[in-house]
Amino acid sequence: VINDSLLVIVLSEAVLYGTPLLYAALGELLAERSGVLNLGVEGMMLFGAAVGYWVTQRVHGGDAEVLALAVLGAAAGGAAMAAIHAFLTITLRASQIVSGLALTIFAGGLGLSAYFGNELHLADLPATHQFGSIDVFGLKDVRVLGPVLFDQSALVYASWALTLVVALYLGRTRWGLNVRAVGEAPASADAMGIGVALYRYVHVLVGGALAGVGGACYSLSITPGWVSGDTLVNGAGWIAIALVIFSFWRAEFCLAGAYLFGALSALPFALQAKSTLERLPAGVLRAPELYQALPYVLTIVVLVVISTSLARRRLGAPAALGVPYAREER
Amino acid sequence: VIRLERRLERPWWLSVAVPVGSLAVAFAIMALVLVASGHDPWHTYRELVVSAFTGNGALSATLISATPILFTGLAAAVAFRMQLFNIGAEGQLYFGAVGASWIALRLGDHGVGSTPLYVLTMCAAAGVLGAFWALIPGVLRAFAHTNEILTSLMLNYVAGYFITYLIFDSASYWRDISTLQARTFPQGKPMPSGAEWSTFGSSVVVPLGFLIGLALAATVWVLYSRTRFGFEVGVIADSQRAARYAGMRTRRKILAVMALSGLIAGIGGASQIGDFTHTLDPSGLQGAAFGYTGIVVAALARYNPFAVCLVAVLLGGLQNAGFTLQGVDFPSGLVGVMQGIILFCALGGELFLRYRLRVVRRVRPQPSGGPATEGAR
Repeated sequence: VINDSLLVIVLSEAVLYGTPLLYAALGELLAERSGVLNLGVEGMMLFGAAVGYWVTQRVHGGDAEVLALAVLGAAAGGAAMAAIHAFLTITLRASQIVSGLALTIFAGGLGLSAYFGNELHLADLPATHQFGSIDVFGLKDVRVLGPVLFDQSALVYASWALTLVVALYLGRTRWGLNVRAVGEAPASADAMGIGVALYRYVHVLVGGALAGVGGACYSLSITPGWVSGDTLVNGAGWIAIALVIFSFWRAEFCLAGAYLFGALSALPFALQAKSTLERLPAGVLRAPELYQALPYVLTIVVLVVISTSLARRRLGAPAALGVPYAREER
Repeated sequence: VIRLERRLERPWWLSVAVPVGSLAVAFAIMALVLVASGHDPWHTYRELVVSAFTGNGALSATLISATPILFTGLAAAVAFRMQLFNIGAEGQLYFGAVGASWIALRLGDHGVGSTPLYVLTMCAAAGVLGAFWALIPGVLRAFAHTNEILTSLMLNYVAGYFITYLIFDSASYWRDISTLQARTFPQGKPMPSGAEWSTFGSSVVVPLGFLIGLALAATVWVLYSRTRFGFEVGVIADSQRAARYAGMRTRRKILAVMALSGLIAGIGGASQIGDFTHTLDPSGLQGAAFGYTGIVVAALARYNPFAVCLVAVLLGGLQNAGFTLQGVDFPSGLVGVMQGIILFCALGGELFLRYRLRVVRRVRPQPSGGPATEGAR
């Protein structure tokens, strides 16, 4: 049956692994469209993953309520981390790059997330609640598309709705227009009476919340549980930042890009499965590192292709990205 | 309302008061975190100082932790100074360790015994490999305009998998397969005894690598503040466009700075092999995250090479205390949290270096003054 073939498995894994990237990238996209680069995605995701997992351990009740609360908790955790970045870069006008790097180090696998996980003994607790696949549309058994798109968890379906919301918000609403103005020309936006700082704060915080939800995809759905160290998110935050560049700062391209990068992230696992099923050359089997490194190498390749071909014209990048706005220095 | 005014000149006392003040605020915030998680901050801080600096043999242990982050801190400072955000010191250090251990094992096979020869060749091989690994994002940035932050970071993961492959999943030259135990529990070959770098001092043991790091810091300072190269780096940092109009070759500068940054990080890898581990240890290197701590060091030192030395010792002390105190009183992860908070406070504190805060009364807009205030905006 075609629905059990390797291709379908790889494609559905691509959607599974692409979903956290999609959440984090949409969040980063919102922050960047308002002119704030936040390199702390990796740290915010990991902290969101930790908080989300902690909530499932503390709250008792049905799966649905507990998981909803866990996602909210993860969002709050991510937003709290983003608030540090927002305060430093918007109010105190610190360097966005350095502050973002500091956030990743502070919140990441050797910092707050590890501290939080250790203090609450998260690693010793077995997973009690996790997102299972649900067949909302009744299309689960359709050939190929069924298992790839319609046999997924609620997180996946919600991410589609979110993509639509973000695309419509940025493209079709007054607020979205204001955000773009703040990101492209903050001085003009300020003169129009748009609160530059307020818009930036809100979008950085929402961006952090979405990164937190992206992190929760790992601890609640993909590999339910908590592992100390950086292995849970393992660079996905950085791939999400690359994804924003790849999608030219457009939400709708983020969706396609997320599944492409998701396929890259799922590749090691798929290859591993394949090499045990069919006999591949012994060298491949003996060197899992070679294909574990593939997602990172391919991300570089994608970035290079993008930057040589189109981004020469800085297509899509908000003009004021990374520049602190100071009204009195216009 | 509080208004910010850009400072035209900076009083001398401010460059002392602001870092000290930031540090004090950082420790105050940390105290809150400690209280919130049920620890006694005063007790923890006293333990911290004792096991980092004043205790018996504490300073020697601190220098061991300070040495690698001195290298990675310098590597980051050199690149960040030109607004070139090489965050790949982590991977460049791995590659330096690979190069240094390769040449040391080779020389050992030929029965060479002279330690100075080992030190020189290990640093050279490590520097070359570190520079090579840094040149990948450098070339991509210079010729393809690819964001060096993302590429250099991705390459950290690639380098991590590469050294894991060398020791755990291949019969490479670096792997020890001489005994049955070594075949079951993969580990790197031990270095020949000549490749163990010497140490200096008796009451406080100073590793050779730390001295090499200090020498490199002095070299970087001379290069950046006393030469044409350093001047051009400064101009490019301020405005690439102005630099290009002035006829400076920005591409070459990007390549040179990336190579220099990678070279320094690579030598850090050689120092890890020669000074401390004496074998290529992938899990140890990846767990330590020297490269990322180096970014904290460089940022706290505001990219000044001499300040990098000082900050490396301070943060080295913090890390060392973290290792010794690890347990109920001092949970793991706390060191990273403290580093982050210190860095956040330092970043926030820079505002006071650049701006003056002035409390002004909100002026009520008067009907007749309308056009005038409109014009003042």
